[in-house]
Amino acid sequence: MKAKIHKFEQNGSYMLLDINSGAVHVIDKLAYEIMDYFDGTNDAAVLGQMAGRYPRGEVEEVLSELHALMDEHQLFASDIDVPPTFRQQGLVKSLCLMVAQDCNMRCKYCFGDGGSYGQERAVMSPEVGKGAIDFLLSNCGPFRKHFEVDFFGGEPLMNMQTVQAVTEYARRMEKERKVHFKLTMTTNGLLLDDEKIKWLNDNHISVVLSTDGRRETHDRMRPDAGGQGTYDRVMRNFKKFVDSRKGEAYYMRGTYTRENLDFTEDVLAMQDAGFDVLSMEPVVLKDGPLALREADLPRIYEEYDRLVDAYLQRHREGKGFFFFHFNMDLSNGPCVAKRLSGCGSGHEYFAIAENGDIYPCHQFVGREQYLMGNIYEGVTNRKLSRYFRESHVLNKEKCRGCWVRFFCSGGCHANDDLFHGDIRKPYELGCELQKKRLECALYVQAVLALEKMEQGEKVGEFTTAESIH
Amino acid sequence: MKHIKTVNKPNLQQSLKTGGCGECQASCQSACKTSCTVGNQTCEK
Repeated sequence: MKAKIHKFEQNGSYMLLDINSGAVHVIDKLAYEIMDYFDGTNDAAVLGQMAGRYPRGEVEEVLSELHALMDEHQLFASDIDVPPTFRQQGLVKSLCLMVAQDCNMRCKYCFGDGGSYGQERAVMSPEVGKGAIDFLLSNCGPFRKHFEVDFFGGEPLMNMQTVQAVTEYARRMEKERKVHFKLTMTTNGLLLDDEKIKWLNDNHISVVLSTDGRRETHDRMRPDAGGQGTYDRVMRNFKKFVDSRKGEAYYMRGTYTRENLDFTEDVLAMQDAGFDVLSMEPVVLKDGPLALREADLPRIYEEYDRLVDAYLQRHREGKGFFFFHFNMDLSNGPCVAKRLSGCGSGHEYFAIAENGDIYPCHQFVGREQYLMGNIYEGVTNRKLSRYFRESHVLNKEKCRGCWVRFFCSGGCHANDDLFHGDIRKPYELGCELQKKRLECALYVQAVLALEKMEQGEKVGEFTTAESIH
Repeated sequence: MKHIKTVNKPNLQQSLKTGGCGECQASCQSACKTSCTVGNQTCEK
């Protein structure tokens, strides 16, 4: 049976999410208990259940309020089916270019085998990079105007020749085709010198900076190819870089493992080091000492609660920071079609390997059964692409009835494949972490919304979600 | 309301008819890359 509501307690507040409308309600303890029984049609039974525990008049008040929400389609809203706005075939909108399948770091948790993705270490030629842009523009349909290209690796700064050639070509295509490319790069920062900083700024490249927070965490997890710690070198470069662009168009991200389940300290360490657009993600590993385990979940949940407290405390002290997983626009979120498309891997989003081969996403590079074609011939494995397109939450058995389905969009296909060899079988630990993060985000956004409402702002006319840098 | 405070004006049902333009930013469901899962996004329309 499909869940229609989800209720939970977070940092002392009672919350109710109406899944099919997206309405978020902050409720009192009585309403929270009533929602154990109420199904929209059984007032008499609810009154019977609550008799002797709460005054009848109070219970009737809650029932009246719940019926008012139902009348507004904000409680038990109708089930959502695949809408006509979800096209049968995806149009390409984003690419990840593996410009360097090589790296100057040896992060302990790397999913790309030190940047090589299980293949020979190699870099992408400018010709392949430009061919990838042509592939995108030939498969994007006639109407779409916004595209994204991410320079990834390995370490993309090891191949500036191709990064620069592709950027120049994309900017030329923007003028010719009247489209817009958002260009991004993810870097470990070791090679981020003055010359490259200037080029990245002059060419409007948004940059993701990878670090793991505290010096000791970072140095343990992110050594260079010679085994030496890298914290001092990369943080010096990152600070110079972020200052040079006045804090715009960057964010800093880290990975937590079983060795730093107190990752709130790492997030706060990033802010204390002078950065305020932050993210911290759980590592995904099948086994080994760094891998997260089911038994760790209570400790991780507790840590997210701590992070929520720290986040709100700094916000109230006037020194708040942006944390990606707590960011949500509850009144103007993505449409249902987007929530079904998810990341779009394999049908709207592709990774291009250094030799021009096409994979569903960067994490699939090197998994040969997922090779989908190449930039010259396009996507030749149409059947596989269609399978990705149709692997949305309404077609995945475990997702169809899950309360988080329209927020996680079914989780990560690459992780599902890693753990179960099937992109329609969710990676369970990832699901549990996603649910907890979402509960935290809904709570944070509700707290911020209530602050605005107390200041006289009207529901639906404000957003608490800050713009993404 | 006394027992319930609704903090948003959701658009999910409405977007069944109006969505699908595809102009929004790509997300990453593992959050290993863009750090942004679908739920964290804003509609660009």
